[in-house]
Amino acid sequence: MTWTNPLTLLRQGWTRHWNPERPVRTVVSNLPFEDLKKREQPNRQYEGNAIKTNKYRLWSFIPMNLFEQFHRMANIYFVGLAILNFVPVVNAFQPEVALIPICIILALTAVKDGWEDFRRYQTDQQLNNTPCFIFSRKQMCFVERRWKDVRVGDFVRVLSNEIIPADILLLHTSDPNGVCHMETSNLDGETSLKQRKVVPGFSTLGEPFQPHTFDSTVVCENPNNNLNLFKGYVERPDKRRTGFGIDSLLLRGCMVRNTDDAAGIVVYTGHETKSMLNNSGPRYKRSKIERKMNTDVLFCVVLLFFMCLIGALGHAIWLESFPSIPSYIVPDSNGNYTPSVLSGFYMFFTMIILLQVMIPVSLYVSIELVKMGQIFFITQDVELYDEELDRRVQCRALNITEDLGQIQYVFSDKTGTLTENKMVFRRCSIMGTEYCHEENAARLAVINGANEEEEVTIYQQTKLPSLFPLEELQDIHTGDENQANAQVTAANQRRSREAAGAQSDMAFSSPLETVVVPDRKLMLEVDREMASIQTGPYLDFFLALAVCNTVLLSSVTAQRQRVKGRRSSSYSGGSFHNMRQWFRKCGLGKVFTSMRFFKRRGETLRDPFSIDEDESDGFHSSDVSDATGQKDISSERKVKSGLSGSEEMCYEAHSPDEAALIHAAKAYGFTMVERTPHYVTVKLPDGALLKFEVLDILTFDSTRRRMSIIVRHPHTKEIIMYTKGADSAIMERLGNVFTDMSQVYSEAKQTAVKTQRDLDMYARNGLRTLCFAKKVISEQEFRAWSALRQEALSAIDEKEERLMETANFIESSFTLLGATGIEDRLQESVPETIQALRRAGMQVWVLTGDKPETAINIAYSCKLLEHEDLVFTFSTNRKSVFKMRVEDTLGELRRSTLSPGADPQFRGYSSAFTGPLMEPSIGLVIDGSTLSMAMSDELVEQFVELCKHCRAVLCCRVTPLQKSAVVKLIRQKLRVMTLAVGDGANDVNMIQAADVGIGVSGQEGMQAVMASDFAITRFKHLQRLLLVHGHWCYSRLANMVIYFFYKNVAYVNLLFWYQFFCGFSATAMIDYWLMIFFNLFFTSAPPIMFGIMEKEVSDSTLLSLPELYKRGQHSEGYRRSTFWIAILDAFYQSLVCFFIPYWTYNGSDIGIFAFGTPMNTVSLFTIILHLAIEIKSWTVVHWVIMIGSVLVYFIVTLAYSAICISCNPPSDPYWIMHKQMADPMFYLVCILTTVVALLPRYTLHVLRGTLAPSPHLRARQLERLSPSHREQRIREWRGLRDTCISPSPSA
Amino acid sequence: MMASSYNAKDEDGHHPGSVSSGGPGAVKSKKPDNTAFKQQRLPAWQPILTAGTVLPAFFMIGLIFIPIGIGLLVTSNNIKEFEVDYTGVDMSSPCFNCAQNYSWNSTSGCTCSVPFTLDQPFESNVFMYYGLSNFYQNHRRYVKSRDDSQLNGDKSSLLNPSKECEPYRTSDKKPIAPCGAIANSLFNDTLELFYNHPNGSRIAINLVKTGIAWWTDKHVKFRNPGGINNNLSVVFQDTSKPVNWHKAVYELDPSDPDNNGFINEDFIVWMRTAALPTFRKLYRIIQKKKDNMTPTLPPGNYSLDVTYNYPVRSFDGRKRMILSTISWMGGKNPFLGIAYITVGSVCFFLGVVLLIIHHKYGNRNNNADIPN
Repeated sequence: MTWTNPLTLLRQGWTRHWNPERPVRTVVSNLPFEDLKKREQPNRQYEGNAIKTNKYRLWSFIPMNLFEQFHRMANIYFVGLAILNFVPVVNAFQPEVALIPICIILALTAVKDGWEDFRRYQTDQQLNNTPCFIFSRKQMCFVERRWKDVRVGDFVRVLSNEIIPADILLLHTSDPNGVCHMETSNLDGETSLKQRKVVPGFSTLGEPFQPHTFDSTVVCENPNNNLNLFKGYVERPDKRRTGFGIDSLLLRGCMVRNTDDAAGIVVYTGHETKSMLNNSGPRYKRSKIERKMNTDVLFCVVLLFFMCLIGALGHAIWLESFPSIPSYIVPDSNGNYTPSVLSGFYMFFTMIILLQVMIPVSLYVSIELVKMGQIFFITQDVELYDEELDRRVQCRALNITEDLGQIQYVFSDKTGTLTENKMVFRRCSIMGTEYCHEENAARLAVINGANEEEEVTIYQQTKLPSLFPLEELQDIHTGDENQANAQVTAANQRRSREAAGAQSDMAFSSPLETVVVPDRKLMLEVDREMASIQTGPYLDFFLALAVCNTVLLSSVTAQRQRVKGRRSSSYSGGSFHNMRQWFRKCGLGKVFTSMRFFKRRGETLRDPFSIDEDESDGFHSSDVSDATGQKDISSERKVKSGLSGSEEMCYEAHSPDEAALIHAAKAYGFTMVERTPHYVTVKLPDGALLKFEVLDILTFDSTRRRMSIIVRHPHTKEIIMYTKGADSAIMERLGNVFTDMSQVYSEAKQTAVKTQRDLDMYARNGLRTLCFAKKVISEQEFRAWSALRQEALSAIDEKEERLMETANFIESSFTLLGATGIEDRLQESVPETIQALRRAGMQVWVLTGDKPETAINIAYSCKLLEHEDLVFTFSTNRKSVFKMRVEDTLGELRRSTLSPGADPQFRGYSSAFTGPLMEPSIGLVIDGSTLSMAMSDELVEQFVELCKHCRAVLCCRVTPLQKSAVVKLIRQKLRVMTLAVGDGANDVNMIQAADVGIGVSGQEGMQAVMASDFAITRFKHLQRLLLVHGHWCYSRLANMVIYFFYKNVAYVNLLFWYQFFCGFSATAMIDYWLMIFFNLFFTSAPPIMFGIMEKEVSDSTLLSLPELYKRGQHSEGYRRSTFWIAILDAFYQSLVCFFIPYWTYNGSDIGIFAFGTPMNTVSLFTIILHLAIEIKSWTVVHWVIMIGSVLVYFIVTLAYSAICISCNPPSDPYWIMHKQMADPMFYLVCILTTVVALLPRYTLHVLRGTLAPSPHLRARQLERLSPSHREQRIREWRGLRDTCISPSPSA
Repeated sequence: MMASSYNAKDEDGHHPGSVSSGGPGAVKSKKPDNTAFKQQRLPAWQPILTAGTVLPAFFMIGLIFIPIGIGLLVTSNNIKEFEVDYTGVDMSSPCFNCAQNYSWNSTSGCTCSVPFTLDQPFESNVFMYYGLSNFYQNHRRYVKSRDDSQLNGDKSSLLNPSKECEPYRTSDKKPIAPCGAIANSLFNDTLELFYNHPNGSRIAINLVKTGIAWWTDKHVKFRNPGGINNNLSVVFQDTSKPVNWHKAVYELDPSDPDNNGFINEDFIVWMRTAALPTFRKLYRIIQKKKDNMTPTLPPGNYSLDVTYNYPVRSFDGRKRMILSTISWMGGKNPFLGIAYITVGSVCFFLGVVLLIIHHKYGNRNNNADIPN
């Protein structure tokens, strides 16, 4: 052991310190420096592991929070106004009172922020003080410390089921294979275990870890937030470098599983860990209404400016009009009079203070409250709750609820979003022969039937057999046992799916996926091959299925604990012990069930588990002793009969395809029983075990679109590469020159052709296809390649490119083995949902990485495309061809749609209620490469125009980046509201690019959900989320915002009109406190309630009439015109509210505040009753709040004017309210004014409701009918939409 | 589709039991409560505004408003009101000279007498007002310029009035009581009323000067400093009178200690600033005769004797004396009655229009959803 000179390290550290540009981080062990001062520590410039996510400290809370709050424009405006109050020349009444509203708002926000921050602080403290084990040189062992004591360069040991305190480079595990399992559910929600490997060269088997001997330098990249990428190397003192990647890094926040203990050197700590860097907090998006609202706030500012200008000019002119200064003009304190122009100038600011309420202070706060309420109701919706996953809909973005009601374009992923992403093996083609697996199809049919008519069919034994269409299958049901089994399988279907979902660690392992009934013909073929030659394409095919994947094994109950007593280096005995354990744990009941079908069917089929000893003898004698084999199998049987399915072995697959394939292989007896980084063990149908040495794995990526595994066959010792991948990725790399013999060549070619034909057929049937190929690599070739590969692996620069190169180099000249077709079943109610969305006026696009044929097939089955649709398919590699076709199509379309009044969007809308869509519906299918051409600059305009004409667009073979590019393109070019829905990591870009991103929490982990604004569990929930909640949220918020503007303008204008009668001197005739309370208390609750609870049309009607959604799409709830109408109405109402009292009291002896009281009361009534006109549905809550608001007004005003004798100069409110309320005139004025103020709006509503009822009103009328009547009406409505009828409803 | 969604609901109702019993552990389900509130299914009243449904409301409003309006109009017309403008703008006006020679500083009051004739008798109590026009008592700075706690008898405020009173806060280094512009501009004309009996005698009409302010103002809001029985001249000795005043606050009504100082009712009435630039303020009350047989003010010739102090020429103001009887609705004002009648008629008319509309189009909505 050689100590690196600490001085050199120090120097390195120093240079590193002075060279921050270097994109790498070097870490050395802290142990040699343990007793040195902080200054001399080599890793001192890296942060500690303590985290601090709280923003504020106790002493800095108020200034910092205020500073943050002042980032909002609105707050600055209000504070500016408050300050203006203290300027003497503006003659504010009571500057202190003016501070109240802004103080209340700031304080509310501060309390909220402070509380949240305190909670963060508490969790931080808790985390920082979590115990962990750090190696100490003094004590020469791991000692218990706190998380916050962890520093870069420390050695940390993590035990099983402990949470990892920092990002640790794995150097040692208790596992003899140097692996460590890690659960990342804290990080990304994925519950499947991830395998981590010790950095090559550091796994010392059996030995205890000795950190003090660690003398290497770790060089890795600087901290970044990529959870799937990490690279670096370890440099030994002798300059030897070993590369490592993300698979050697234990991430902070994850949990160690199945491994007794793991240890390593800390590379990133605290805020620099990948998990913390990924923790970006909640997302802030601005909704469309909010953007619009902000411009309207600007309009209000302009309006305010004009009103103040009028005030200022008026005041100056008024002053000028006097021949001499009258006695009621008060000079300043020195007795001088300000010149009238200057007074006018000052008056401008005084007016701003007076009329400041024009800009709704409480609007922003109210909107936040309303959105909280809306989100509460969305998440509380029982219909969006998923029983299976026990998950509600999640609202991750807090401020775009109403955008859900304005969606025009929906971009959907296919796999996992439209489909279950539960892959079911359906068919395969081996060496050009197709095996259609009819029995399996029949089984699926049973499951389907069971799913659809669950309650009816499940327990009715008699009904089941008839569901099997094939006679030969019927006879297997003669045995009671089998029948029962089959039924249990079917009946358990739903329940076990639920169970699987509930403890979702059993990913991709529902019986639907795990149980595959083998094809009889193929089974025979396999048996024949097994029996005779022990090798051949069939065996190879299934070996490829079983080996070429990254599936891990775990058991359900013992899954989260380490499986003890695993093998030693010797293979046979240990492996059987091991095997037995596995089987005891899992029982494999389901597989056995399916297997036994074939045993019963007489002699042709063999029970795969009754091993013919003679056959296995010759081949496996070296590994497996017959006796143990037999014994083992008998024990298996015992296990099988003794244990039910409660304990089960689990394949933990990252993708459902892999799970489906490995289960298919299992069905044919090729069971993958163990996988370690270095070995894969497969159990053959005859019970023998084949232990392949894994030489390398070329993992799947989206550019290569294939994965390969290079193994050494245990018997023949030849190096074999098994590859699976998309058909294009495999077919073009088939070795056409792998042999000189022309006959074989043609045979291979024929196989390829046949396979391709089968593939096309699969794709047409909507199956996902994968090709399997094999390649035998010579020893030298492999060694040469391996060297290259190692070099590439340890590279830091251009690592990806070099890895890709090496992969492409070796992955060529394949021999085709066969292909598989995997079915991905549609989720329930997908066609209905898509139809409803379309009827609601949304354009639905499907973006998928699948082949066009598969995608088109799915598109038809989910009603995205209809059979009468005109479908254009663009798939070409030549730009000119594409351009020509696009132009042709466009020309044709233009000709056909050149009907009068031809904006397609609006025509679509009006026709929804008056006439049908006359143009033929057009579908567009485009593939990835063509799409990239279409998005090039010169073609993009035409492409977008073409898309506008299309009812449905289907993009196939697109990359994640293209998905987001398409979304961005449509969003920007057409200026429409877009929604993207997806479930996988490949949809993250798209979800983030869209206005509203929806994540489906499904099978493929949580990345999509983490990136989304809303997370749902099933695609069908989209219908309710958009059509009901989106619609409600939109109408509610739009109406509330409009109402808010109206309310403030109406109230402020009262004050403005008074200026004409007080010499534009900015006098308020309403008591200042009451004015503040008016907005803060008396009229604040009703609009908030309105924004949360208003329900114009019930959810069932909204769902049955999706057309109603179009209002939100065309922003009809909140248009510029709506805003101006509201403002006009506000002006009218304020005129009425001012002038009726004015003419009533003109010339009388009424005092200022006595004059203001009826006005204040009248405005309250007008404003509240105005809302009452708008409220479409009155529940108890409505009544309570509306009446309560009025009561609060009277109680507060009466109390205030009784108590305040001289408390609030100059407003002099004493006894005014009582005096007024004792006067009958007061009531007469209030009643008359309220009626006159609301008469126009009320009449307008009535007239509109009678003469030109909006679709919503008609829908409301429908709700009053009896259910049967209503159904009929709805059908009529729809029917009328579809057949042509004369337009113009208000003839 | 609707049926299926209801089924789903029912199913959801059944499931949780079976699932939670079979589920692992007693993990609390995240299933939302199926309550009417949380599911937004609270029973609701859903009015639909169509001609048919609101027709009665319009007719009702019409039928209620028109009688109210007529009642108001009649009441208003029964109120007798008489106005005399004594500003003295015209050369012919008796007060012309006084108006010309005016300044705040003139010590001796100029007097003038304005004759007028009442054609009709004024029954019951008659209220005598002075009215000012173009006098902006509602000017922001003017309204502010007072100290309520001083007026409420607060000793410290008496000697140290509020800053709001500037520049009428101190004079000659002494605090002004009452301070501020409102008090400073107190209306100080004296009005006297004489009935010129047909037999030539000139009978002074008894004008009651108490009971013109609000009871609460007089007894709660306004108080003299140092209690009731104190000698006001002592209490106010460290203060000075407002600059425009001829006499100190404790000399406002020396004859009646309950009407002197801050609780002088003329002063209190003035301090309640008027809402509009043309206003009247109650000045005196002429109580009805005890015998109830003769009217309070019989028809005939009267003369109004004015001690002309208050300048209004500088702002083109007018001064008036108003005699008025009052009713439950206050002074004479036909506006409200006319407004009620108009609005009632409009509502009635709209009701008729809606009836026609309802007749023509309303049925269509009930019978067919899609208009042809």
